[in-house]
Amino acid sequence: MSTFPLITVLTCIPLVGAVVLIGLDFERKQLARGLALGFNLVSLLGAVLLWLHFDSASPNLQLTERHDWIPSLGAEYFVGVDGLGLLMVLLTAIVVPIAMLASWRIEEKVPLYFSMFLLLQAGLFGTFTALNFFHWFIFWELSLVPAFFLIKLWGGPRRSAAATQFFIYTMVGSVAMLLSFLAIFWAVGTFDFHTLAEMGSSGKLAGALADKLGWINLTGHQLALVIFAGVFLGFAVKVPLIPFHTWLPVAYAEAPTGVTMVLTGLMSKMGVYGFLRILLPIFPNEMRLIMTPLLWLAVATIVLSACAAFAQRDLKRMFAYSSINHLGYCLLGVFVLARFTGNDGPLNVEKTAVLNGVLLQMFNHGLTAPILFCFIGFLEQRSGGLRGLDDFGGLRKVAPIFCGLMGIAIFASLGLPGLNGFIGEFLIFKGSFPLATWATALSVLGLLVTAIFLLTVLQRVFSGPLNVKWSALAELTWPERFIVIPATALMLLIGIWPQVLMGKINLTVIQMVDHLKF
Amino acid sequence: MNGLSYWQLLTLVAPETIVALTAIVVLGVDLLVMREEPLRNRFRIGAAFAALGCLAAIVWLFTLNLPSHALGADIALPMLKGMFVDDPLVRLVKVALLGLTIFTIIISMESSFTDHVGEYLALILLAAVGMMFLVAAEDILMIFISLELTSLSLYILTAFNKQNVKSAEAALKYFLFGGMSAAFTLFGLSLVYGLSGSTELREIGAKLNQPVLDPLLVAAIVMTVIGFGFKVAAVPFHLWAPDAYQGAPTPSAAFIASGSKVASFFIFAKVMMFGFSHASGSGAWHDYVPGWLPVLGILAAFSMLLGNLTAIAQSNVKRLLAYSAIAHGGYALLGILANGPQGVTALIYYVVTYGVTVLGAFAVVGVVEERAGDARLSDFAGLGRREPILAFCMMIFMLSLAGIPPLAGFFGKFYLFTAAVGGAKNLGLLWLVIFAIAMSAVSLYYYLQVLKQIYVVPAPGENRIVAAPISTRIIIALLAVVVLLLGCAPDLIVGPLLAAIQFAGFQ
Amino acid sequence: MLAWTVYISFIGVLALMLVPAGQARAARGIALLTAVAGFLLGLVSAFAYQPTAGIMTIVQKPWIPGLHIDFFLAADGISITLVLLTGLAAIVGILFSWNVEHRTKEFFAFYLALIGGVYGVFLSFDLFLLFVFYELAIIPKYFLIAIWGSTNKEYGAMKLALYSFIGSAMVLIGIIAAYVVSGAHSMNLLELAKYPYPASFQYWAFPLVFVGFAILAGLWPFHTWAPTGHVAAPTAASMLLAGVVMKLGAYGALRVAMTLFPLGLEAWRNEIAVLAVIGIVYGAMVALVQKDFKFVIGYSSVSHMGFVLLGLMTLSSIGLSGAVLQMFSHGIIAGLLFGVVGRMVYDRTHTRELPLLEGMNLSRALPFAAGTFAVAAFASMGLPGFSGFPAEMSVLIGAWRTFPTFAVLAGLGILIGVAYTLLVLQKSFFGDAAPTPEVPAHPLPPITVPERIGAVILLATTLLIGLYPKLLLDLIVPSFNSPLFEALRNEALRKGGIL
Repeated sequence: MSTFPLITVLTCIPLVGAVVLIGLDFERKQLARGLALGFNLVSLLGAVLLWLHFDSASPNLQLTERHDWIPSLGAEYFVGVDGLGLLMVLLTAIVVPIAMLASWRIEEKVPLYFSMFLLLQAGLFGTFTALNFFHWFIFWELSLVPAFFLIKLWGGPRRSAAATQFFIYTMVGSVAMLLSFLAIFWAVGTFDFHTLAEMGSSGKLAGALADKLGWINLTGHQLALVIFAGVFLGFAVKVPLIPFHTWLPVAYAEAPTGVTMVLTGLMSKMGVYGFLRILLPIFPNEMRLIMTPLLWLAVATIVLSACAAFAQRDLKRMFAYSSINHLGYCLLGVFVLARFTGNDGPLNVEKTAVLNGVLLQMFNHGLTAPILFCFIGFLEQRSGGLRGLDDFGGLRKVAPIFCGLMGIAIFASLGLPGLNGFIGEFLIFKGSFPLATWATALSVLGLLVTAIFLLTVLQRVFSGPLNVKWSALAELTWPERFIVIPATALMLLIGIWPQVLMGKINLTVIQMVDHLKF
Repeated sequence: MNGLSYWQLLTLVAPETIVALTAIVVLGVDLLVMREEPLRNRFRIGAAFAALGCLAAIVWLFTLNLPSHALGADIALPMLKGMFVDDPLVRLVKVALLGLTIFTIIISMESSFTDHVGEYLALILLAAVGMMFLVAAEDILMIFISLELTSLSLYILTAFNKQNVKSAEAALKYFLFGGMSAAFTLFGLSLVYGLSGSTELREIGAKLNQPVLDPLLVAAIVMTVIGFGFKVAAVPFHLWAPDAYQGAPTPSAAFIASGSKVASFFIFAKVMMFGFSHASGSGAWHDYVPGWLPVLGILAAFSMLLGNLTAIAQSNVKRLLAYSAIAHGGYALLGILANGPQGVTALIYYVVTYGVTVLGAFAVVGVVEERAGDARLSDFAGLGRREPILAFCMMIFMLSLAGIPPLAGFFGKFYLFTAAVGGAKNLGLLWLVIFAIAMSAVSLYYYLQVLKQIYVVPAPGENRIVAAPISTRIIIALLAVVVLLLGCAPDLIVGPLLAAIQFAGFQ
Repeated sequence: MLAWTVYISFIGVLALMLVPAGQARAARGIALLTAVAGFLLGLVSAFAYQPTAGIMTIVQKPWIPGLHIDFFLAADGISITLVLLTGLAAIVGILFSWNVEHRTKEFFAFYLALIGGVYGVFLSFDLFLLFVFYELAIIPKYFLIAIWGSTNKEYGAMKLALYSFIGSAMVLIGIIAAYVVSGAHSMNLLELAKYPYPASFQYWAFPLVFVGFAILAGLWPFHTWAPTGHVAAPTAASMLLAGVVMKLGAYGALRVAMTLFPLGLEAWRNEIAVLAVIGIVYGAMVALVQKDFKFVIGYSSVSHMGFVLLGLMTLSSIGLSGAVLQMFSHGIIAGLLFGVVGRMVYDRTHTRELPLLEGMNLSRALPFAAGTFAVAAFASMGLPGFSGFPAEMSVLIGAWRTFPTFAVLAGLGILIGVAYTLLVLQKSFFGDAAPTPEVPAHPLPPITVPERIGAVILLATTLLIGLYPKLLLDLIVPSFNSPLFEALRNEALRKGGIL
């Protein structure tokens, strides 16, 4: 490993870009777009470099940088990536440019728009690489502000409400999480995720909490549970987990397409990432303690959101619920992982499968969902804002390429073998079944409903008699193809050859599973 | 008169003599030489004479060495038996009195309310002489005589504006109340004499040292307190003050509020602390050693309460200042209540700086009154724009009265309160101090009302520019500087006072 | 050298008095020069100061020997932090009052007098001197509001003056009593802090002095002067009020009440913490329903100052340093918010009614103001990366130890804070109303250069301290090891805490 601070540079590129762009005159639209894309390509390059430099033969955190920051508050500048972080960084670097291209047609306050976008990207990079709570929390919250403005300033008709709701919901979670971490800091005096994870798995954390923190008459374990609940809330809102999801459909529906892509592709992953990086390692005991209710929640998330999606007539809202549904699988996997199985070896294999599945599902959903929203965006553009399920029909006849490519994305989302969605979901279900049989079984129901409504979309929008209104619907233009084709290629690639990702994350997964062997 | 020649006696009372002679000279010159001169010149020349006389007295006080025996432990001149005390403290007080007199004279220099210039100035000087004798006395007879000399002069000074019926009314009220108070004082003092067989304060104090409080003594104390209460306008003996302040010509009011206050408080303190030092308290007020403390404490509390609350409702600045004077009298009583050297020091610092401040305030009021014909609050509107310097000085005076640092009024209050808290056993006077501080917070309200008129409210339409005479401006500015200086460096007064007070015999 | 911050301010006042009337430019120049000089002096001293050295004596001369009162200026890290805050707030306040044309020189004279008094309070280690400066600051505030204010200015000014004066009266009682009880040997804070006051005395003296100071810090339920005062004040004055004057109260409470009466503190800690938390939540809730832009910010100040008081009550090193950091942070952020509202918005639109502003589409007309306010609003929410975050975070960490329930309630306060900030952000600048044709009839004057400079200074500061609070924490934290806080440390130790 070189000593070159690759991760810092990677995080700084979009930040610099954001600052440069915000200084631009609002009228210099083209320059702003170009600059934004340029910065994005540079950070994509950086991410690829990171990918190449990452040593897949080592399960440890790599490319770490560690500096003192605010010793009295336990804050350190500590970044590094393992397989999980790497995957997320790469995803961010891929999805953000696509989302930006999808918003190429934004005409209002262009420099500001792209500046916010870059800021958001910086926040994501930071979140996925920071290893100290103080540091991590800055980026976690930093991503919120540009997202708020992106919805607020460029969103649909009900954008104000959507933006506010989004922000406040997320803040509720964030504040709860912050309070929990402050309590932890008071008890153990560190914000370092690594150290905290060790304390969590060895049970020291609960002891320290009981020692230092007298609250009403709670015992150490109860206290730990309360603290856990705070952190849990923070992530559950972000993912989201039913019943903390109500902000999501509105926000997704009102946000401009590019932003929705980032929201669903990346920001929801922040939540899952948090579950894996923070919640599970630090609070394994608490998580196991309430695993059953958690599993119920995951199942509810999967099944109910699928049903809700089925009931939608607005495509954007439909895919929003579908997004919740897909993340539900991830959560199911995460919760299953918390199951304590003593020292029986065989189940480790299952756990490895589940964790692999969760990571792949994160990446794949992160890729597929934005593309779907992108297509909806294209459709909306052509239809002048219409995006109802029943507004279209028979589009296949006028725009075959459009429909073909979007069909691939829908099938990927549905989990058709050979496309990227399949492998993740398959691994999750395969691993979960022995670990939590009934929950997994119920979740399959969700899978079924998903299949039904996605096929309905295909049928209502693409097939059937052509709606005469759209007989002149434009085919996918070349710039548009340029946006979606690489992504589609990537879907196919991963579907056929998942090893390209799994090779990088395998050791991380094994190490994490080992750690969970309390 | 064994051992003291007339010459020695004359040296001893030289300052008083100088001032008295100046009074005659001023009167004579005005009557004989300047009958035909215009009023302004008469006032100027007369005032110059008067001020010079006072100045000479001050110089005399500073240059003359104290008789050696006055510096020793035996304080009062034995041959005069308290008739005339000459110690460093008394001298300082006299200097302060003379200073205030000079300021008063200069303020009156440009007024036009009377053409009896010589008489007016001479009366001021005579009142000053009375005060000087008053502060030097430690004998009840002498105290009474000097008190009367001062008071009679002041009654006339109050009535001096013959064009204004209010002036006469004020003087009459002042006179009636004053006469009554004199009667009370005399009655009280005669009882004291009867009880102790002495007219000298310290002897009285020693004689009255008995374990049980004699009811007659109680009567004597109460009578005396009532008498002095009138003089210092403590509630409920304050009724003359607002009318007198409002009706009297401004310089007279200023003099009543400043010089007369200084002298009265000083002698009040002496009477209580020397004469009644051992009058023991009753069981109910166990923490107070001298029995008169509760009486004075209640007077103080009522003065502060009534003075401050009534002042809020005033629309005439002179009346406002009168009520504020009543309140300040209440604060000053704390110094007597403190009953010790710190208390007296604080008291003197307080009344002297109060005198300076209130003189300045009255001077500004005089200027405004000259212009607007009255001194209503609204007459001050826009003063900040028309007369920035005067307005600024008025701000200093008002804020000093309110007790805002770094002005003299603040340190005065602070010192008084500290002395009062420290003076009684077990923080026994803390309640009164708390009350005083609370009341002074209230007082900020009405002082700010004046300042609001000056600075915030725009001037009324017609802009009547009557430039204030230059001498008045200078004197007002000078007074403001003194207030500021004494506030920033209170040690200029406190240091000498503390050095002097150890010879004065306060315990 | 630090003492010159005080002197130079008053020299500035004198210089302004000598400026002939009508020379507005000269007056501004002098004021700005004075403020900048003061800040630079503070900055240089901050770098020269060794945090480990504890309390650094600047001047100590007998002042009133008869009463053992000294002219004693000194500084520790806390003082220096607040001196820096004062310097910054002063400079920016002047930049934001560049457009004052009415009685310019008087305005700046009062302004500098206020600044001088504030510097003096932060640097005085003699109780008498401290009190002198503390009261000295009252009068300029009154005039600044009464003459140059808006909405109900005379009422607001008088209310503020009387509240301040009543508070300082309470303090005065406590100071005098403490002085006399300790034997009237010294007014030196360091000496007095060593004196073991009897518990029965502390029991009443502590609340008296603490509340007396805390009135100015906006302690609920004595906070009502704050919103009206802020609203009535001209921009620069409300920036100073929220930015610095409220800190005077908190500073006095920490420096005087807590160090002198640790036993009293222990006895009243819970009660005051309850008030602080009520302030946090109540202030935020009231801010949520305000219609006047400035009222929102005014109540938010009450809420944020609640954190300071809560931090003080935690009696732990981290909570106390958090409280001081919050003083600094709130000073910067509230200054910025008031600057935007008062100068950038009100001076241009002549209204602060949110429903009216909502229709003006200000983010279009004043993009710079919108951006500044947006960032300031997020900073005020306590978003990480801005100075409010490490401050409130430290306070909450400290609170977890002593009052876990309050920590959670304070968290609730933060949330409500998020809500009202978002709400006001939307209504003020990012109103949804379509641009109505009649609005741009008279285009708003653009944001001037001084305003930009001022805003950027404050934004940069809050960002700098938010990302690198160590700069200030290195000053603040060691200060609690000085002998002044010894009694407090012992008390904390006795209760099983650490300081």
